[in-house]
Amino acid sequence: MSNYLYILWIPLLPLATFVVLGLFGRKYFAKTAGIISTASLLTSTILSFVAAKQYFFVDGKVNGVYQKIIALKYTWLQFSPNVSIDMGVIVDPIAVMMLIVVTSVSLMVHVFSLGYMKGEERFATYYAFLSLFTFSMLGLILSVNIFQVYMFWELVGVSSFLLIGYYFNKPSAVAAAKKAFIVTRFADLGFLIGIMIMGFYGGTLDIGLLIQKLTSAQSPEFLSITSASFLGASMLTWGLTLIFMGGAGKSAMFPLHIWLPDAMEGPTPVSALIHAATMVVAGVYLVARLFPIFSMDETALNIVTYVGAFSALLAAIIACTQTDIKRVLAYSTMSQIGYMMFALGISKNGGENGLGFMASMFHLFTHAFFKSLLFLGAGSVIHMLHSNEMKDMGGLRKLMPITHAAFLIACLAIAGIPPFAGFFSKEEILTAAFHENKLIYGVALFTAALTSFYMFRLYFNIFWSKEAPAKAHSAVHDHAHNAGHNDDHKDAQDHGEGTWTMKLPLIILAACAVGVGFIPFSQFITSDGAALETHIDMVFSIAPVALSIIAILLSASFYKKENTKSDKAVAVFGGFYRAAYKKFYVDELYLFITKKIVFPLIGQPIAWADRNIVDGFILLLASTTAKISTAIKGLQSGKVQNYALYFFGGVLALSVLFIYIWK
Amino acid sequence: MNLSLLIILPLLTALLILLSKQLAQIRVIGLVGSIAQLGTASWLLKLYMDQRAAGNTATHLFETNAVWFKALNINYHIGIDGIALAMILLTSLIVVAGILVSWTMEKLSKEYFFLLVLLSMGAYGFFISLDLFTLFFFLEVAVIPKFLLIGIWGSGRKENSAMKLALMLMAGSALVFVGLMGIYYNTHTFDMVEIGKMGMSLGVQKFFFPFLFLGFGIFAALFPFHTWVPDGHASAPTAASMFLAGISMKLGGYGCLRMAALMPDAAHAYSWVIILLATIAIIYGAFATMMQTDLKYINAYSSISHCGFVILGIGMLNKTSINGAVIQMVSHGLMTALFFAAIGMIYSRTHTRMVAQLGGLLKAMPFISTVFVIAGLCSLGLPGFSGFVAEMTVFMGSWQNPDGVYRAATVISAASIVVTAVYILRATGRTIMGPISDEHALLSDASWNEKLAAGLLIIGILIIGLAPFLINQLIMPTTDFLMININKAITLK
Repeated sequence: MSNYLYILWIPLLPLATFVVLGLFGRKYFAKTAGIISTASLLTSTILSFVAAKQYFFVDGKVNGVYQKIIALKYTWLQFSPNVSIDMGVIVDPIAVMMLIVVTSVSLMVHVFSLGYMKGEERFATYYAFLSLFTFSMLGLILSVNIFQVYMFWELVGVSSFLLIGYYFNKPSAVAAAKKAFIVTRFADLGFLIGIMIMGFYGGTLDIGLLIQKLTSAQSPEFLSITSASFLGASMLTWGLTLIFMGGAGKSAMFPLHIWLPDAMEGPTPVSALIHAATMVVAGVYLVARLFPIFSMDETALNIVTYVGAFSALLAAIIACTQTDIKRVLAYSTMSQIGYMMFALGISKNGGENGLGFMASMFHLFTHAFFKSLLFLGAGSVIHMLHSNEMKDMGGLRKLMPITHAAFLIACLAIAGIPPFAGFFSKEEILTAAFHENKLIYGVALFTAALTSFYMFRLYFNIFWSKEAPAKAHSAVHDHAHNAGHNDDHKDAQDHGEGTWTMKLPLIILAACAVGVGFIPFSQFITSDGAALETHIDMVFSIAPVALSIIAILLSASFYKKENTKSDKAVAVFGGFYRAAYKKFYVDELYLFITKKIVFPLIGQPIAWADRNIVDGFILLLASTTAKISTAIKGLQSGKVQNYALYFFGGVLALSVLFIYIWK
Repeated sequence: MNLSLLIILPLLTALLILLSKQLAQIRVIGLVGSIAQLGTASWLLKLYMDQRAAGNTATHLFETNAVWFKALNINYHIGIDGIALAMILLTSLIVVAGILVSWTMEKLSKEYFFLLVLLSMGAYGFFISLDLFTLFFFLEVAVIPKFLLIGIWGSGRKENSAMKLALMLMAGSALVFVGLMGIYYNTHTFDMVEIGKMGMSLGVQKFFFPFLFLGFGIFAALFPFHTWVPDGHASAPTAASMFLAGISMKLGGYGCLRMAALMPDAAHAYSWVIILLATIAIIYGAFATMMQTDLKYINAYSSISHCGFVILGIGMLNKTSINGAVIQMVSHGLMTALFFAAIGMIYSRTHTRMVAQLGGLLKAMPFISTVFVIAGLCSLGLPGFSGFVAEMTVFMGSWQNPDGVYRAATVISAASIVVTAVYILRATGRTIMGPISDEHALLSDASWNEKLAAGLLIIGILIIGLAPFLINQLIMPTTDFLMININKAITLK
């Protein structure tokens, strides 16, 4: 087994950047923070590719099966002899794939931000947070211990919080940051309890050992976890479902998705990195990481399937109605992650039946590139117009040729048009769904058509529709998407498509959105490590591709030129449209629960009771003591006659007691 | 090393402070004295670890035993184990930080520093005592200064708060004293080591344990005897708040732990009561915190919730949970001290602690705001900070108890991490983030002494948070030892 220890440097370099920029950034690296951070991440990216080459092509495969290699493991916190939190580095196909995804996308975002965030007052802080996020995400990927996952899970959560709240003086950004953290924290509570259940019955927190113990139907651990039950479900189901709850929170699955659209308050490159390509797929990764255990429990897998499919559909419907371009993309992300989730849910572990697993990972991979491209493209547009609203856009194709081309490629990719990347991965998912569950297949197909519709609605509204505004920037300048952008905007160059650092990532990612679909993914990443033969079936592809094209044409007829067709369509759907526009009132439901139930019916009564009942009781004790002492202090009057009276009274009482009562 | 040094040093510092004339002299003496304490404590740690590495497996190291009052068999018996040492280190760190944040205290500064140092002496004495009477003596030494610190230098309804705190803690002491007498008349000794060896009958334990546990529990903000905490903290000056939460409340937690180990049968018999009260404190404290509007009240109520974890860990009576309780004591001490320090810094500049009147402080005071955020993140249990290590250890320990009721208690306690996130983020979102008012925009950031104080505490938090195996190495052998007696009691059942 060769040495993979150098992989440790991949997360450690961004960590070092974070520490240096966090401590000294404001003072010494106010201008150079971007370059330092990008250079450090470039090194990480190169190391990731080196690792991928070594693993996939040199020595990862033994007897035709990719091995799980533990490159490093040491005990960080011992709970009891077998149960401990270990810190370590795992090298296996999905980990290596995620390394590539995270470092590449993060690198693109780092480069893009050099232009996008230029002139920000807290430029160094921005890069420090970005590095912290990258470190945490890489740590999460490489985790060998389920508690290690949880720790980095929390760290990506807090980095996300810091970055969403980057414009900290903007109340809406602060609210969004809080919401994202609290909703995912709630989900993480489930994750934590899930971990405790697995740790208790599995007798270990080590992922490899857990899988080993809980996947053989004869092992004592498996027998104990399946025989113990609570409310009619076995502890295995409980543990896995609760862990999935954590995953659903991070991956914005219904009903824990409400934070994701609001998270768009963060700077757009951040959305591209965290809320499109990496952190939000952590939930998918978590299920994939524990997939052998999930595959032992039908119920848990079904929950994954239906939550995923429902989220995919719901988000796609909402996406058709939103007008903020980043929110459309956010719902689109949620919908695509739903795809990945149900693909995992319908999969089996190993062999031909593991197609869903492979397809899910493939889609995760391709999605990362085209979705981050969409966000960065949107970022370019927002950078120029200082607005997120569709109504402020239109006809930009001439003003921003590169962004236009890149965005179009990404739209085609997500719509699943061959030969773009999304086509290949989506086909695999649809194939798997078709074989396993026809209902899910139907939902997936319908969602795919909706996806094409809303993506091209977005595309036409931004780049076609109206004539280009003559002076794009001045028209909507008050909509400045942040207060930090200042003098630099007077640069003529800034009002074009932005700096070359902003264009280059678009071009690279567009190339990926075209190219990565051709990677023979099933050769590398499968549920059991052995290569899987797949092929694109032309006949099977006709239905989804045709549906997508129809949806695109429909979208073109609605939005390519300004017309009233879309208004008519809105009128047809009526109440349903309004409900979708209002995101089906899920936010309102949460607000109702927190503002009308938790605060007034739990928080306030407790706070009141503490002051009035509990403390009141203590005060009562004190005042009673005082009263009693006032009442009886007359007894010690100093008058001898009184004392004589008490004395004889006492003698009398005792005499009566001894003579008549005790005898 | 002679442990009495830990008592002599503060005593000497206090005397010198009394003799000195100017403010400059007083605070330099105070600082030097406190640094000497920190140095001694660190040196002690080194010696302790050396001895352990050399294979010394005695329960207590550096023991000294001198007769104090022969007739009643009271001895000045001192010695430390890993848990005591952890508490000593915590105390010394907080003393330095507390002296540093009080640097600009001008009102009756001599008396102020004198009382702070006296309080620390009480705490050291308490932690090194192996004799119950000595222990009680030092507990009292640590109570009196608090009354004066709040009553004289406090703010708001300070007399009332000081009185409430003193009376409630005195009630706690009285309960402890009754318990002590009970033990003494059954064993004819105050020596904890001997009592541990002798053991007591279940009846005696069951009768006297509640006195001792409740008595110490009042110090540790045990529900429903926690109401001195919010008022006391809110009225106390910054350093006194830090000492109160960082040291005084730990006297209670430490006492509870020692009593549980001393009377394991009773602790086992009553464990459901302990767990019930702890769980209520955790979740109830968290919800009460959510509704507070004053930063000091927020931190005080959150202390009730966090100290609940200490009690929960003790009540669960297994090795992991007790380990967690000890780590939580240290972690909470550092974290709350840091939080109170940050609040004090904000208050001294803005002259308000009301969340609604603050906002956007990050713009004017990046350092103080960062400290505030770090304290907050530690409080909500973010990995990398000590709070995470402590809470997770308590949870993992509690979960080992497969009984349904205990499981429910664990889940409810774990649910508090969500509520914690809510109140921390609400406070942070409103004070640190958001728009800043014009008058606050001109305020200055932390001065050197404040930076140093915060830095010290943050280092402590990070050491536990990033390398928990270090503190585990210190306390685990001691918990192992405590578990011998406790396990005996449990298996008897």
